[in-house]
Parts: sequence; structure tokens; C-alpha cells
Amino acid sequence: MSEVERHSYDVVVIGAGGAGLRAAIEARTRGLRTAVVCKSLFGKAHTVMAEGGIAASMGNVNSQDSWKVHFRDTMRGGKFLNHWRMAELHAKEAPDRVWELESWGALFDRTADGRISQRNFGGHEYPRLAHVGDRTGLELIRTLQQQIVALQQQDEREFGDPEARLKVFQECTITRLLTVPDAGSDTGNRITGAFGYWRESGRFTVFDAPAVVLATGGIGKGFKVTSNSWEYTGDGQALALLAGAPLINMEFVQFHPTGMVWPPSVKGILVTESVRGDGGVLLNSEGKRFMFDYIPDVFKEKYAKSEAEGDRWYTDQENNKRPPELLPRDEVARAINSEVKAGRGSPHGGVFLTVVGRMAGGTEEIRRKLPSMYHQFKELADVDITAEAMEVGPTCHYVMGGIAVDPDTAATPGVLGLYAAGEVAGGMHGSNRLGGNSLSDLLVFGRRAGEHAARYAEALGEERREAAPEQIDAAAAEALAPFATESAENPYTVHQELQQTMNDLVGIIRREGEMAEALTRLEELKARAAKAGVEGHRQYNPGWHLALDLRNMLLVCECVARSALERQESRGGHTRDDFPAMSPQWRRVVLACSIADPDAEHLSVTLTRSEAVPMRADLLELFERDELKKYLTDAELPGEDG
Amino acid sequence: MSYKADFRIWRGDVDGGELRDFKVEVNEGEVVLDIIHRLQATQAPDLAVRWNCKAGKCGSCSAEINGRPRLLCMTRMSTFAPEEVVTVTPMRTFPVIRDLVTDVSFNYAKARQVPSFTPPADLKPGEYRMQQVDVERSQEFRKCIECFLCQNTCHVIRDFEDNKAAFSGPRFLMRIAELDMHPLDVADRQKAAQEEHGLGLCNITKCCTDVCPENIHITDNALIPMKERVADRKYDPLVWLGNKIRRRGSGD
Ligand SMILES: Cc1cc2nc3c(=O)[nH]c(=O)nc-3n(C[C@H](O)[C@H](O)[C@H](O)COP(=O)(O)OP(=O)(O)OC[C@H]3O[C@@H](n4cnc5c(N)ncnc54)[C@H](O)[C@@H]3O)c2cc1C
Ligand code: SF4
Ligand code: SF4
Ligand code: FES
Repeated sequence: MSEVERHSYDVVVIGAGGAGLRAAIEARTRGLRTAVVCKSLFGKAHTVMAEGGIAASMGNVNSQDSWKVHFRDTMRGGKFLNHWRMAELHAKEAPDRVWELESWGALFDRTADGRISQRNFGGHEYPRLAHVGDRTGLELIRTLQQQIVALQQQDEREFGDPEARLKVFQECTITRLLTVPDAGSDTGNRITGAFGYWRESGRFTVFDAPAVVLATGGIGKGFKVTSNSWEYTGDGQALALLAGAPLINMEFVQFHPTGMVWPPSVKGILVTESVRGDGGVLLNSEGKRFMFDYIPDVFKEKYAKSEAEGDRWYTDQENNKRPPELLPRDEVARAINSEVKAGRGSPHGGVFLTVVGRMAGGTEEIRRKLPSMYHQFKELADVDITAEAMEVGPTCHYVMGGIAVDPDTAATPGVLGLYAAGEVAGGMHGSNRLGGNSLSDLLVFGRRAGEHAARYAEALGEERREAAPEQIDAAAAEALAPFATESAENPYTVHQELQQTMNDLVGIIRREGEMAEALTRLEELKARAAKAGVEGHRQYNPGWHLALDLRNMLLVCECVARSALERQESRGGHTRDDFPAMSPQWRRVVLACSIADPDAEHLSVTLTRSEAVPMRADLLELFERDELKKYLTDAELPGEDG
Repeated sequence: MSYKADFRIWRGDVDGGELRDFKVEVNEGEVVLDIIHRLQATQAPDLAVRWNCKAGKCGSCSAEINGRPRLLCMTRMSTFAPEEVVTVTPMRTFPVIRDLVTDVSFNYAKARQVPSFTPPADLKPGEYRMQQVDVERSQEFRKCIECFLCQNTCHVIRDFEDNKAAFSGPRFLMRIAELDMHPLDVADRQKAAQEEHGLGLCNITKCCTDVCPENIHITDNALIPMKERVADRKYDPLVWLGNKIRRRGSGD
């Protein structure tokens, strides 16, 4: 076996976004030796980009809010495909997770009586998003980062070593989880650690640990137009698949309705939903507020019928219904898509979004409420949003699908000792995520993953298993392959073609023929990616890093395409041109992806179907029977009088 | 709208390096980071650069463009004339790892030396009450994206390696000010700022403020008030000078 650097921990958290940091804080607070490994610098994780806010039913602005209302909104937003237990835990625990941030130093915007202010967002019945201007994610990540530092300062005082129980390994990328077959069962595996490389030196390193938490975020870099950052190459999803843990709901990808469309180099960058939450409206080229034409039947009762009513709602929510600009994201994204297709788009292929004249405090208020949007448009597009409309269009934003987990413990069913939380995990958001529900998800399930990983490692005691030397050698060989290939393919070119394929063929509106074509192309791209070669040496070599990321992106994109081809209905972040209706039968179907032979030269994904767990009766009772009828089969409906 | 631009990019590592010339296509609306990416995809696949968000939010892509510290992703190509040579070099204050990537661990070490937020012992989560006006001052400093451009620019450490031990730099002096102005922080910050973090070394030149991509008024709103608070305990001639400069500036 080749000599590699080794680090031994009780719990290793892969990912330093909201979910990973919260998990690490939990495991360390429980006294376990914890490592955080992340492929960027500490404090730069994708969570830093979140803008609008974090959803929690604290009821600071409207006291009628409660976990039950939040739960209902979440299930409706996800079109009832959510794992209801996750949605329940999330709604119940989110307020405590937000308050806890404040005790760690976060400074949210305030209400007049000095509490945390909350803003309106699409799909949320009451003002519910705690926020800091439009840079909430930065506040979240910095607070957690500073809490990690606080814990390290404690250890410094206690042990004379700040890293005694909690250490951050930054710019270190994990490429394989290490497992051994689990003695208890004949199919499952058990975690022994993780294998990765340092970006700076290119050297390999092994983390020995009985418990691993995956918190690596999403997959957006598989698509051409995306709001996602460099990190979103689907690493965690692929690591789980390769270790034997299945992914679910991968057909559900959220296209955020409002990304920038011009100039081309910024296409996809997010325009936060708070623009609409604070009064912004969508217009087509004829100047019409077209969203009134796109309110679907399931939501007819809940949205304003006229512009006047919608406008009144901002100041009087008791007596008016909300404007349809605040429908869940999937609805708004499809509407924009249709307007552009019908020839009523803006000059650069989007629609108009404007806040001009929409805030009582005028220019001043726009700049105060939306500082980073003002800055972003001014700097990147020469557009002054206090005086002109923005041009916006859909952009790939979030993946609802992800690693299958136990709702209470965040444990993966396939691999003992493996946990997942945050965007990388699936189930919580069903077929469509509401804005603000991700940041709260990160904290609620990050904490739970940290807790249960810690409990598991603690219970194991000394009964730990060693990583298998052959596995480490194989991982090293795999990582070095790009240096050895002849007839090299350019990894950048393969990546661009993958992004184009997904954008064109498995995008916002899907058709059978196109998805089948995508799968054929993905096979070709896989073959080419296997031959991706790199120039230069191992020190901080981005061409090499990309060549390794390609494996992950191709695997998760195959999961998306295969699941999307299979699901013959339209729901949330999965719209089929050939099956436009939502089907109660399909609601009960969970599509899971796995890899039959993770050591095979040529990796491929297989699909299996399973049945969704029926919702607990007391939760079903939170909905009117008439509403449930729109989603559930007759057999699933509660009795007439129940 | 497209043209070919002349780029000079520093390539090398700890052992040394040099500026290399590239000719590369530029299209409408692009930023310098787009050009670096194009170079990676077409001419220099192993050109090292840090970046994450490409939207000015993460503070990863700091470098020096024609000698000026900037974010690569927020510097538009339209700020240069087409015939102008664009020179990109790594931040100078920190040791080079490779090409445009530097070792910024100095900043993480300094961050760990600032005692963390200390709320009143008996205050429970959920019971915090603060007014918007009272949190706004610290909120300004919490806009910091930790790009470390101010750290890179401050002459106290840019040209004097020896000062690094005694000086935390504008970013972390500002962090102390942020905690000092937090309505509920109970720790004593002022003495430590002066004695342990080198506040006295700052001579309020405002170079840090000039390069901050978040337009935070580091000097006026964090450093000078901090010096004033310290001066309440001890006479500091620079505060006196700072007040003069400030008063003149705002009267213009
Ligand atoms: C522009 C934008 C705005 C958003 N606004 C909001 C909002 O207002 N409200 C809301 O609720 N949600 C919002 N979201 C969604 C939300 O930000 C993300 O879903 C969430 O931040 C994901 O957090 P995470 O903890 O799962 O992972 P991330 O924060 O993405 O962190 C992933 C971590 O994993 C590490 N990593 C990845 N792969 C590896 C590997 N192979 N080895 C080692 N480390 C690895 C990365 O370095 C990183 O540290 C927004 C998203 C975007 C793109
Ligand atoms: S104002 Fe102070 S901290 Fe800022 S650059 Fe000048 S000396 Fe450095
Ligand atoms: S204060 Fe400004 S320049 Fe300094 S690190 Fe923060 S964002 Fe960058
Ligand atoms: S890449 Fe994030 S600030 Fe430039």
C-alpha cells in the first residue's frame, strides 16, 4: 500500500456549508473528536450565496403563524411528495435553530419591538423569513464559522490546543468513501473513512472514522445556466452512490424563475425572490402582469384575482390574497418559459422584473431592502434597478432529490455510519422547495445528523474497523488516472458539452425523446471523460480537479435523466410536455437510483421503485379533505367524517 | 463586440515565477474571471485561480489587476481599453501557492485570536431584543465577505513582514469593533484591540477602505471610533488627527 497521510477522528463531516458546520458543532459539543473537510476555503461554501432568508414560524410579524402552517405550506409547495416526517421536524425545530444563531452572534434585521424581522416569500402563508438585507446566507455561514472558532477557543483554554476536538481541513477534496462489508447484513456496507487530495499539494490523505456526515450541497454545475457555484458538482451524491447508498427523487430539479439573462457571462446568476416578496412584479413585453393568467387550479383559492387586490395584500394580509408573483417557484418558472415561447419576452430572452414605483419609500427603500441586487445589476449589467426593469429568466438552482435518509437520524439506509444533511439529502422538499426552506433545513437536519453520527460513533467505542488497504490503493489509482491517459480529451470541453446536453434535453420542460437522447449522449460523454487528460503537475491544478469532478457530475446527471424519463407525470420541478398532468398514483412512487457495481470500469445507474410512506393521520387532519383530493388517491383519503 | 485582448499573468510558485503573455478573446459584458476561465479551457488548463460564486459574494477570487487589489469576478473588461494590456498578479502580502492562488492562512490564525461573541450569561435564545438602529453599525461590518483585499493592501503588513505578528489587520480590527458595538456583547474589547491586535499601528490612511469590494467604511466607521474609545482611556494623537481629517472631509 502506498504511504498516505492519515487522520483519525470520531466523526468526519464532509462539507462546510450550513449543514456541515451545524453538524460539526453538534458532534463536537457532544464531546466527540470531529473533523470538517471542505474543498474550498473555510467560510466560502455555497451557503454564503443565499440571499432572501431562512424560514421559521416564529410569528414575530404575524402571530398567527405556527409550525402547522409552515408544515402545510411546505407540503403544498412540494406537491405532497415530501417525506412528511422531515417536513414536520423541519417546521417544528426551525425557530429554535434561528434563535440559537442569535445567541452565537448573528444580527438579523429587527421588527419595531426589537425581535427578528420576517419577510414574505413565495408559497409561505405569513411573513416567515428571518433575514439580513439580501445577504442572509453570509450571516449564517459567518455565524457558524465564528461558533466553530468559539469552540476552538474553548479547547485552547482547556487543552492548550484549539484543534484538540474540532479541526477544519480546507481545500481538501474527498473522492471516495471507504467502506467494508457490514458483518450484520449481506448487502450493506459500513463506513471506515474517506479518501481525498489536498488541492494545494495534490497529495493524498485518508480520514479514518466510523461515522461520516455528507453535507456537500448540490449539482447545478451539470447545467449550463445555473445560479450555483463552482462547488456544485454533485460530489456527495456520487460518493454515496459509490458507497452503496441510494439517491431518491433525482428527477426534481428546481429552476429558479429569476436569474439574470444579460450579459451572457452572468447568465444564470440569481435575482433573489425577495424582489417579488417586497413588491416587485413580472411584466411581459406588452407591459402586462402575466402571472394572473397562470394561477393553477390547486392554488386558485389562495391567490389574488386582480392587481389591486394583490397590491393591497402587501399592507393588509388579513383581508386580501397574495399576488401570483409569489406562487411557488416551479409555477413562476414555467409561466416565464411560456411567455418567452409565445414571443412576449424581453430583448434578451427573459421577461421584465421591476421594483420601480413599487415601494413606498422609493429609491431609498429599494437600495436599503435590496442592497446586493442593486450592486449586482449596477456592477455586472449597468442596470440601475431603482430606475429600470431587470431582465430575468429561469436558472437551475436547487436539487430536491438526493441521498435517501432516515427522517429522524439523517442516517442513510444503505451504509452503516453514513449520514447526510442539507441539499445533498433528499426527501424534505418533495417535488419543489419553497424559498427560505433550505437554510432552515440545513440547520435542523445538520444538527440531527451531527447528533446521530456522534451517538453512533460513541456507541461503537473501540469496535472500529480499519480501512482496507486495497481500497485506498484503488482510490489513489483512480485519482491519478488523468495524468496517465493518452489521446487525452480536454476536461473543460467535456464539461461544456455535458452542461449543454442537460440544459437542452433535461431542462425545465421535458420530453421522452429528448431525455432518451440525453442518456445516449451521457454514455458518450462518460467514455470521453474516462480519457480526460491533464497537463502539468499535481499542485493546485484546476484541470485535474475538473477531470475528477466529471465522474460525479456524469453520475448525478444520469440519475436526473433516468428518473425524469421514468416519471410519467408533471409535478413541481419535473415538467413533462408529454404528461402534463399531476397523477395521484405517481405521487406514491419513489424512484431510487443506485450503482450495481461500484468497482466496475464502466459505472452505470439502475432505477428501482418503492412506495412512499403514508402520512400520519394527525398530520393529514391539518388539511381539508377537498385539498387532499387533489393530491391523494381515493384509497389514501381519510374517511368522510375524519 | 468581440476582440482579442493582451493579458499578462503571473505564473509560478514559492520558488519563483514570471509574467506570461496571452492573447485571448473577450466578449461583451465579460469580467476578468471569464477571461481566466477561457484561458484555462483553451490555452493553460493548469492555470491556478481560486473562485466559487462568480457573483462577488464569497470573496475567493482576490488578486491584483494592473497593480490594484480587486475581485476577478467583479472587474468588468469594459473598464479597460481594448488595446490596454491587462496584468493579473496574485495578492502580494500573502505567500504564493501557485499562479494566482496565495496562502491566506494568516487571516484564519488572526480570526482565531479574537475572543468570540459574549452574550449576557442569563439571556436565553429567543429572548434577544435589539433595535434596528442599534444593530446597524455592526451589520455594516458583517457585510464583509473575507476577500482579504484590505489585509493585502494595508501597508502596515504589505511591506513589513515583521509586523504580521503584532497586527491583526483591518479585517480583524473591524471584527473587534463589530463585537464592541454589538448591543448585547459584554466582553471588554478595547484594551485587547490596542495591546494585542495592534490598533495603534494603524495610521488611518484609509487604503483598506478604498479597496473593499463591499464598500464598508472600515476606517471611518470601525477603526477611528475604536481608536476614540481606546483614547478615552489613553491619549492617542492619531485620533485627534483622524477627527480633523474626517471633519474636513465631510465639510467639502
Ligand atoms: C444564489 C442562491 C441563493 C439562495 N438563497 C437562498 C435563500 O435565500 N434561502 C434558502 O433557504 N436557500 C437559498 N438557497 C439555497 C441554499 O443556499 C443552498 O441549498 C444551501 O446553502 C446548501 O447548503 P449545504 O450546507 O447543503 O451545502 P453548501 O453550503 O453548498 O456547502 C457544501 C460544502 O461541501 C464542500 N464539498 C463539496 N464537495 C466536496 C468534496 N468532494 N470534498 C470535500 N468537500 C466538498 C464544499 O466545499 C462546501 O463546503 C440559495 C441558493 C443559491 C444558489
Ligand atoms: S487605515 Fe489603518 S488598517 Fe486601513 S490601510 Fe490604513 S493603516 Fe491599514
Ligand atoms: S472588509 Fe472589505 S476588503 Fe476587507 S476582507 Fe472584508 S470585504 Fe474584503
Ligand atoms: S468568485 Fe466569489 S467573489 Fe469572486
